[in-house]
Amino acid sequence: MASAAQGKEMASRVVPKVRTGESGTASPVKEATLRFEISELDFFYGPKQAIFGLNLKIPKNRITALIGPSGCGKSTFLRTLNRMNETLRNTKVAGQILLDGQDILQMDVVKLRRRVGMVFQRPNPFPKSIYDNVAYGLRINGYKGRLDELVEHSLRRAALWDEVKDHLQKSAFALSGGQQQRLCIARALAVDPEVLLMDEPCSALDPVTTAKIEELMFQLKDSCTMAIVTHNMQQAARASDYTAFMLDGRLIEHSETPKLFTTPADARTEAYITGRFG
Amino acid sequence: MERHFERDLEELKQRLLWMGSLVERAVHQAVHAVLDADEQLAEAVLSEEDAINEMQIEIDERIQRLLALQAPMAADLRFLLAASRINGDLERIGDQAVNIAQSAMRILRHPQVKPYVDLPRMSDLAEGMVRDSLNSLVRGDQELAQSVLQRDDQVDRLRDQMFRELLTYMMENSSVVFSAFELVLVAKNLERIGDHATNIAEDVIYFVAGRDIRHPALDRR
Repeated sequence: MASAAQGKEMASRVVPKVRTGESGTASPVKEATLRFEISELDFFYGPKQAIFGLNLKIPKNRITALIGPSGCGKSTFLRTLNRMNETLRNTKVAGQILLDGQDILQMDVVKLRRRVGMVFQRPNPFPKSIYDNVAYGLRINGYKGRLDELVEHSLRRAALWDEVKDHLQKSAFALSGGQQQRLCIARALAVDPEVLLMDEPCSALDPVTTAKIEELMFQLKDSCTMAIVTHNMQQAARASDYTAFMLDGRLIEHSETPKLFTTPADARTEAYITGRFG
Repeated sequence: MERHFERDLEELKQRLLWMGSLVERAVHQAVHAVLDADEQLAEAVLSEEDAINEMQIEIDERIQRLLALQAPMAADLRFLLAASRINGDLERIGDQAVNIAQSAMRILRHPQVKPYVDLPRMSDLAEGMVRDSLNSLVRGDQELAQSVLQRDDQVDRLRDQMFRELLTYMMENSSVVFSAFELVLVAKNLERIGDHATNIAEDVIYFVAGRDIRHPALDRR
């Protein structure tokens, strides 16, 4: 996890701008409470622009899926939401990303990442015990309370407690892939984030474990807002409330999930989700 | 590169159209069994019913398989949902043709009540609606589907006209009640065929444009 000092050294910096939108869609989001409000977002890897004028609203306690062909910018976009891209050199972000009305580009990056957790494609537990993996975030945040209770609570929320409660001191690497991924979710949940970003969290998992993660996401909705990048169209259809389709760094369509998968408004969305390109 | 799923969808469409052609022929033969007093045509309709029913099951199985194995989305999903409903409507049209053929066999045992004027007009309209609803499916033609919907009122008016006229015949002469009543049933079956063609046209519009225009009075928010 990057410190605030490291954050300041990162190459990525805010470039304020005022510009009328050239891409994006009218937002379908009906919820009154938004978690994220993204306006006119541009993102550059060196001279190469990866995201173009993206506007998107992510409502509180809902799951938003991001779909699109490889290289369309969906993972890049996801990583801008907790400034994870700043760990890369020579990147630049422009536009505005509001989290509960506050500009995240002006926030302390450590505080931001405590509020906006992330789960990656491949499970990446630390080379520590199951217990220490979950307790890690709490410890570095200086948590002095009842660690045991919070570890158990996080593992229960991640639907892993019953499987690991008798082996908490075992290495996290002894767990199966699906268990490791749920451990990573428990680790992210331990610091009680408001948002969980998931970058293809099930791509390395079997269908049974995938179903567990999807059920977990559904249960977490009460307390957490989620954004998930997935290549699996059925997963986006099953698990999300809203779906955003991106192509070549632009938001092409953003709809309520049932609408996007039955009657998409844009011919490019239709072609992609019916497998006629991408 | 054409995917095998697209070939499966095309094959399904062809089977649906083949079933449509069987059904169209059944309706045509059933009505002409009445108009031309041709019992053989009526028997041909009855003998074809099994083939239509078998096709309904075969098409249903194709749709089930594609839904289960391909998890279709968007236009593909809408096509399969529409195809499933169209399949049911075609089978029902086949049943209406059988009803008309059975009425024809009963009518033939009695003298003709009156010259047939509205019946061939109604039949032409209903058969045209079935044909054009299927053509609109083949071409993905919303306008043609819309024109089918507009013709349904004409069929309904002809049915009402035939009911009124046949009622006066029955009131004037009780010996024609049996035949006249069978003609009322024929008109009722043709009117139902128009309704099924209307359903097919609505399904085509759903498939092509993603708009569900059934029951427009319902507020779908």
